[in-house]
Amino acid sequence: MEPKPRLLTILDAVTAALFAIAVGLVFFYAPTEAVMGQVQRVFYFHVAAGWVGMLSFLAAAFAGIVYLRTGRRHWDIVGVAAVEIGIAFIFINIVTGSIWARPIWNTWWTWDPRLTTATIMELIYAAYLMLRQGIEDPDRRGRFGAVYAIVGFISVPLTFMSARLFRTIHPIVIGSNQPGAEGQFDMTPRMLQTFMFSLLTFTFVFVDLLWHRVRLGKLADHVEQLKLKLAA
Amino acid sequence: MFFQQAPADTGAYMIAGYAVIFGVMAIYLISLVIRRRSLQQDLQVLEEMEKKEPPQ
Repeated sequence: MEPKPRLLTILDAVTAALFAIAVGLVFFYAPTEAVMGQVQRVFYFHVAAGWVGMLSFLAAAFAGIVYLRTGRRHWDIVGVAAVEIGIAFIFINIVTGSIWARPIWNTWWTWDPRLTTATIMELIYAAYLMLRQGIEDPDRRGRFGAVYAIVGFISVPLTFMSARLFRTIHPIVIGSNQPGAEGQFDMTPRMLQTFMFSLLTFTFVFVDLLWHRVRLGKLADHVEQLKLKLAA
Repeated sequence: MFFQQAPADTGAYMIAGYAVIFGVMAIYLISLVIRRRSLQQDLQVLEEMEKKEPPQ
């Protein structure tokens, strides 16, 4: 079994420190939004979680392409790891969005294009894990998983662009505003700094978690190989 | 908004939001640790079985 790399230990420490600073910025540095009040603070980690989710699915699609080209099991393990992390963070993104929406939109949920596409994206990747569960042969599982991750990635730009392409009440953080958006606010410099720092922190969280999850995947693969060897 | 004196009282929603964020992240981290421990135990057992098994 591989010992934990020193670089991963350093990354753990840096990520934990960045996370603690980000939490501090969110609660003690960023000002309270004038209209929405305290609930606006959810926005910093809500968007950052969405960013990690989409980054994870991009990583899964990339791993899928490399797996199909090389056939190396390492990339299949990376793909699964990325999808699993993406599902967890998009779940955070959707649920925190719903909590924010209750006082701002006066509803927990609405079938707005952004909310709908994000939910479909989450379900597509949940189905990816289910599909893998149903395939015994590791090579076949890897190939199916890779193709699914590549095709499923279409849902990611669609979700990102949905608030820009369709009529929506979801606010847009970067780029032009929707005239019908509700809950839009102008970021003060402190808000912007907190937001950018949160994005940076969550990027570190993603890399750190992915590394840990890939190590776990390799261990699981090793155990599976040993089981097959002993059963033969 | 012209007559609004102070921001809306939405502190409870903020707490709920961050409870979800920290909660899900904590559950995911714990799941990684539990799965790793379980696999390490499996590996230990399998390696012992491999040693006991006569060479073919």
